[in-house]
Amino acid sequence: MKYFRLVLANLMRAKRRTFLTVFSIAVALFLFCTLRTVITSFEASLRASQATRLVVRHAASLVFPLPLAYRERLAQVPGVTGVTYGNWFGGFYQDPKNQFAQFAMDVPTMFDLFPETVAPPDQVQAFRAERTACIIGRALAKKYGWKIGDQIPIVGTIYPGEWRFNVRGIYEGKTRDVDENTLFFHWDFLNESLPEGRRNYVGIYWLRIRSPDLAAPVSQRVDAIFENSPQPTKTETEKAFQAGFISMIGNVQLLLTIIGSAIVFAIMLVTINTMMMAARERTTEIAVLKTLGFSDGLILRLVAGEALVVSLLGGLLGCGLAALVFHETDFTAAGFFPNFRVLPATILTGLALAAVMGILSGLGPAISAAQLKIASALRKVA
Amino acid sequence: MESRNGNLVEVRNVHKVYFRDRIEVPVLQGIDLTIREGEFVALMGPSGSGKSTLLNLIAGIDSPTKGEVRVAGESLGRLKPSRLAAWRARHIGFIFQLYNLIPVLTAYQNVELPLLLTRLTAKDRKKRVHFALDLVGLTGRAKHFPRQLSGGEEQRVAIARAIVADPTLLVADEPTGDLDAKNAADILLLLQRLNRELQKTILMVTHDPHAAERAQKTLHLDKGVLQP
Repeated sequence: MKYFRLVLANLMRAKRRTFLTVFSIAVALFLFCTLRTVITSFEASLRASQATRLVVRHAASLVFPLPLAYRERLAQVPGVTGVTYGNWFGGFYQDPKNQFAQFAMDVPTMFDLFPETVAPPDQVQAFRAERTACIIGRALAKKYGWKIGDQIPIVGTIYPGEWRFNVRGIYEGKTRDVDENTLFFHWDFLNESLPEGRRNYVGIYWLRIRSPDLAAPVSQRVDAIFENSPQPTKTETEKAFQAGFISMIGNVQLLLTIIGSAIVFAIMLVTINTMMMAARERTTEIAVLKTLGFSDGLILRLVAGEALVVSLLGGLLGCGLAALVFHETDFTAAGFFPNFRVLPATILTGLALAAVMGILSGLGPAISAAQLKIASALRKVA
Repeated sequence: MESRNGNLVEVRNVHKVYFRDRIEVPVLQGIDLTIREGEFVALMGPSGSGKSTLLNLIAGIDSPTKGEVRVAGESLGRLKPSRLAAWRARHIGFIFQLYNLIPVLTAYQNVELPLLLTRLTAKDRKKRVHFALDLVGLTGRAKHFPRQLSGGEEQRVAIARAIVADPTLLVADEPTGDLDAKNAADILLLLQRLNRELQKTILMVTHDPHAAERAQKTLHLDKGVLQP
């Protein structure tokens, strides 16, 4: 600890350089946390998936709906203990940039199939009782300042027109991974409002099965039933469905990992250069310290310590800023990342990365300083 | 005491060769030298005569090409780098011509540097630093940075740094070389006091005959050979 003052004094020698180095590391770590959070928000939706829930959709694409008539036949499949269904609504609030998820759901069955979505019983009851009612997630309510009793106008894109929903409940997730940025309303209300030709079609069915072991046989059975119908199905676990949904935008994880690594690597090179420059400028001082009796090992630790402090400061700043910014702005990327939260694990990974950057960037200058020959260094100055 | 027969420094048949562009440049050629405890020795000679090189060898910051340097009972050539660093911290107080204070540290912090290597508590370190600063007459300048001090004051801080850990031997490389006559005289007087009042053994390199007059003994080095 008595040497820490020496490390700090050296860092304050060129304040502008130290600030710029810390700032560049902070920017790199901010970007790293952001990109990493994109990945973890994808993973959160996978974690929130239930092993005993299957998703049934049109075999060709999510775009094509399935007949409502499938509901009874799905319910009779051995192993299935519950069925609910819904349609992706795809609207926005006031302005196209205010996008979030809206689902028209079969209200009588949805809470049974999604027990991780929790609301007070009286609110659930009020939601069930009113056909134009909606229930919204806690994060969504907070973001737009909505409360129970408010009327929310939503402009439909898939289902054109302005739709007005009365907020009758605010739900919370049982775990942090559950999306709290969605608006649910009555499928019946949507269905009745559609022209005759578009009625009685469902976007997705969710099936609850008795045990996760039944996922494969039940899926095969369901798809076999509708194999030769005009609307064949594709049944898979909810997790597989979410993963497939994510894969629709390519191998995002790999891409983000490559970008994040490239940024961190580039900044690390800059930091190495800066630290080498800083150590080179102090050749005489290092020689003087060695003359006073500072050992090679101690000099190595002091110089490496400087790099470590700079990197950790940058890391704390970058990771802290990412956590703060995305928390305060409640960022969801137009509803695409409903769980966009910088997780503690991401911050810890960022800080560990900063520490590794510090060690790697300080190692070269520290070894050079430790190996410095006193007499030669002093002779160069004299 | 670690020395033998009252001899603090014993240099035996020491040679030092440098290589410049692969050309062998002999700097010291068979030096034999003894300095007794409590002596104040001046080492004189023209530029390039090898004065500083000999000083560096005795201070343990360079090693001879051949021969033995024994200081405070320790043969320096036998020490590993880490032990040599610890030995320097314990036995050597080095005063440079250009002071070589750390610019980002205050006078107090500069003087404290050698004590950081000891097991002294912060309180004991503080006591020692104030004692050293008081000895060189700079108590009031403890919080000043080197850039806020005059050349003479900087050198006095450097002397305080050199003596704060109570080393066995003080080595000074042209300590007045960068000072005006008044400040140079003050520094020499200070070195004399350290020698007389605190019985410090001092080896001072200088090319100034007036400075050498302050020492009890003057050695002359020319072309790497000590003159009789």
